[in-house]
Amino acid sequence: MIVSMTLELKDIPGQLVLALAPISELHGNIMSVVHQHDEKTPRGTIPVQITFEIEHKVLNKLIDRLEKSGVGVARVGEERLRSTVSVILIGHIVHSDMGDTIDRIDSTGFAEVVDMSLSMPAIEKTSSSYLVINAVGEKELSIALDILREVAHKKDLLMIEPIRQNSEAA
Amino acid sequence: MKTVRISIIGFGAVGQGVARSILAKREDLNKQGIDLQVVGISDSKGSEINAGGINLKSALERKKNKGTVAKGKENALDIIRDVEHNIVVEATPTNIENGEPGLGNMFAAFEAGRHVVTSNKGPLALRFKELKEAAEDNGLYFRYEATVGGAVPIFNLIHEALAGNTVIGIEGILNGTTNYILTRMAEERMPYELVLKEAQELGIAEADPTYDVEGIDSACKLVIIANSVFGQDATYRDVEVTGITKITPEALELANKNNYVVKLVCEARGNGLTVAPRLVPKRHPLAVGGTLNVASILTDLAGRITISGKGAGSIETASSILSDILFIARNS
Repeated sequence: MIVSMTLELKDIPGQLVLALAPISELHGNIMSVVHQHDEKTPRGTIPVQITFEIEHKVLNKLIDRLEKSGVGVARVGEERLRSTVSVILIGHIVHSDMGDTIDRIDSTGFAEVVDMSLSMPAIEKTSSSYLVINAVGEKELSIALDILREVAHKKDLLMIEPIRQNSEAA
Repeated sequence: MKTVRISIIGFGAVGQGVARSILAKREDLNKQGIDLQVVGISDSKGSEINAGGINLKSALERKKNKGTVAKGKENALDIIRDVEHNIVVEATPTNIENGEPGLGNMFAAFEAGRHVVTSNKGPLALRFKELKEAAEDNGLYFRYEATVGGAVPIFNLIHEALAGNTVIGIEGILNGTTNYILTRMAEERMPYELVLKEAQELGIAEADPTYDVEGIDSACKLVIIANSVFGQDATYRDVEVTGITKITPEALELANKNNYVVKLVCEARGNGLTVAPRLVPKRHPLAVGGTLNVASILTDLAGRITISGKGAGSIETASSILSDILFIARNS
């Protein structure tokens, strides 16, 4: 699972290492660390946001270890949907049952439509909509897009996808 | 001084642009030791032939006043086969049904031992491999920079400047007409039909805009890229094409609110060739407006290289043709 935590560190040297060491000891994979040294909490501690991948069963053990070493755990949250894509659909969106289109994505369990804007200029005219889909990973996102493509094709909707972006040289 | 004799087959906007640019550049070229002599020009009504070099100024004037360059009855094939020269500039109109008359002209040129420089997409979108082989079998150059991206030097960049790199993928906007329509629709919130009409009045879109707006012109150019860069043997029927006719101003506004523009993007990667409207982040190098064309090339060594410029126009297209002519003049 992907976890994001806000930790509170004492303002003395060596605290960040103290916070990160237990994560790697429990075979967690740290994905990002945001350390704002100039921003203190009212308690005089320094907040750090970290995101990491770790097995669910060791999460409580991790929190115990952090607190025993004097690192405050202010917030723990699961980052479930971390891949995102935006698409535009054009056509008779409302008549073709938008709810059903969204259900098809949401019912996968690994992807969700998290935002939608709809523009309907007039009755009988084609509508346009902007959708944001989140998924647990890139692979799942690509499956969700396949589903949406199939639905768009069946309902005669034009689907506009983003260009590939993270395609840098090997 | 090295004298290079050329013929101009097809004397429309592109052919005349070539004649104009040769006229304008004559002194510069002479300084570089190259003397370009046009020994034959043909259009659909006839031709002018002069082994000593045609007076281009009077040929252009005659075309303007009489609607044809013709002084004699000889046709394109007569010039290609019987007039002694080095390079055939094939600038007849694109025909994507059977590639003619360009296809026949090009094969005849190779048979007669003449290099070919062309702006004509049709033959290359249909029978690229055969044309390339005909040139190679006869030890001749076949150059076609002007077929894709107008003035934008895509093939020169990939084959010469980026030599040694392996191209992983290419994305681009290769049709100025659709780029103009999408840009205007987004800027003015005008529906497709109105902007198309405006583009037709400005001469940016043709009376029958089908090839442009249905993405067929883009598909032909993408096929030429795929064949030239990836060594494929594709025709434009192998491209998955979606045009821009269904796009609404509301969709463009929704895209805009979320920091995207919508562009008709050509994409070649591995075996997949697609032309479709795509969401492009506003600050992405592909997000060029107006009638501009752009190509973004992803390579293994150089990383990503993006070039943009004017994708159409008589003199702009002639720029690519002149560059191909000079490449041959210097290397043959």
